[in-house]
Parts: sequence; C-alpha cells; structure tokens
Amino acid sequence: MRRLLAGCLALLVVAMPVSARTAKAPATPPAFSLPTLSGPVSLDSLRGKVVMVDFWASWCEPCRKSFPWMSTLQQRYGPRGFAIVAINLDKSRDAADQFLAEFPAPFLVAFDPVGKTAEAYKVKAMPSGCVIGRDGKILETHAGFDAKRAAAIEAVIAGAVSK
Amino acid sequence: MSPRTRLAWGLVLLLAAMAASGCATVRPWDRDLLAEKKMRFVPVPLEAAADDHIYFSTEGSTGGMDAAGGGCGCN
Repeated sequence: MRRLLAGCLALLVVAMPVSARTAKAPATPPAFSLPTLSGPVSLDSLRGKVVMVDFWASWCEPCRKSFPWMSTLQQRYGPRGFAIVAINLDKSRDAADQFLAEFPAPFLVAFDPVGKTAEAYKVKAMPSGCVIGRDGKILETHAGFDAKRAAAIEAVIAGAVSK
Repeated sequence: MSPRTRLAWGLVLLLAAMAASGCATVRPWDRDLLAEKKMRFVPVPLEAAADDHIYFSTEGSTGGMDAAGGGCGCN
C-alpha cells in the first residue's frame, strides 16, 4: 500500500513537467505567407531587408505600448531597408480592425487568426517578436514589451540596417 | 484481489487521471477570453480597489496582487 502511494506521488511529479511544454524558439525564421490589408506578404519577399516579425492581439495590453514604439522604429529605419510585419492573432477580424483604428500602424499588418505562424515561431507571450538580419538569420528574439528592453532591440536594428 | 489492493489501484487510477488532466497549457494567442475584463475575480474595479485597500491595510504592505501581465501571458 505504502509503496503504491509512493508510486502515485512519483507519477504526479513525473507528469507535471511533461505537460508544461518546453518549446524552444527556432534558430532560423520559419517561412510564412499571410494576407495583409494590401495583398499577401511572405518572409521570402522581404529578403535583403532587416525584418522585425511581431505577434500581437487586440486584447493584449502591452501591445498598446509596443505599437507606438514600432511606428517610431518603422519611421526611423524604414528608409534604410527595415520592415516590420506585425502578425495579428485575433480570432475575430473586427477586434483587430478596432485596435488598428485606435493605433494606426505605418507598417505591414498580417492576419493569422488560426495562429499557425505563432506555433511555428514558438510564441510564448504577447507581444513577441524577433529581428531578422539581411542574411535571413534571427539576430534577436523578445517576449513581452519592456521599455528598457526596447532600446536594446533598437540598437540591434540600427546595427543590422547599417550593414 | 483483496479489497485493499483494489482500493489502492483505484487510487492509482484516480491520481493518474488527475495528473493527466491537471495541467492544461493555454497557448499565449488563445488567451483572448481569459484576458477579458469579465474573467477577473472581482469584475467591478471600485470593489476590487476597496478589497485591495483593506487587504493592504491588514497586511501592512502593498502590491503583489497580480501576476505580471494579468494572466494574458503578455509579460
């Protein structure tokens, strides 16, 4: 009886970390092709540019802070070969459109209501993103929006566009 | 099988079922419903503020009521 109980406890301990998924972010950016307001966009079509892929949703509070920041980035580095693809993960397009009316985006906004891209990029938090260099390699990944971290990400972008 | 071992096996099955179903992982982009205001423990902001005030008074310290990001996995 006692041994059985010990076995049960061991089972519980073993089962816990199994269900807590430990997904590792990919080393190379998974390709995608998604609809935007102005036709489809694919990662391949942006090759040669420094690209920031961002995942967001209308219900995500920190995304309200990251959108103005991304607008600044786009204005500052866009002319030097930088592009942002902000992938929306809302299930309802209406919610996304409402958010965009409130926070105008001067960058590409793609729509992935199923979340396939988020799955491929192993998104762990909202917002999440990564910076991809001109050579198509991931230079930096970030989860969540942190004003302190934002300066470091901008430094990565500034370095990448001047290469 | 004695009643005792049967009970023990029943317990094993129960615990196994609990372990298998206990931890569900909600993917960050599926937390739209969880992030809604009506999913808060206390949906009325004033009432929540009053509750916090009383709690902080009795504890003699403030803060620490929320997880970072408020459960939407934003932070």
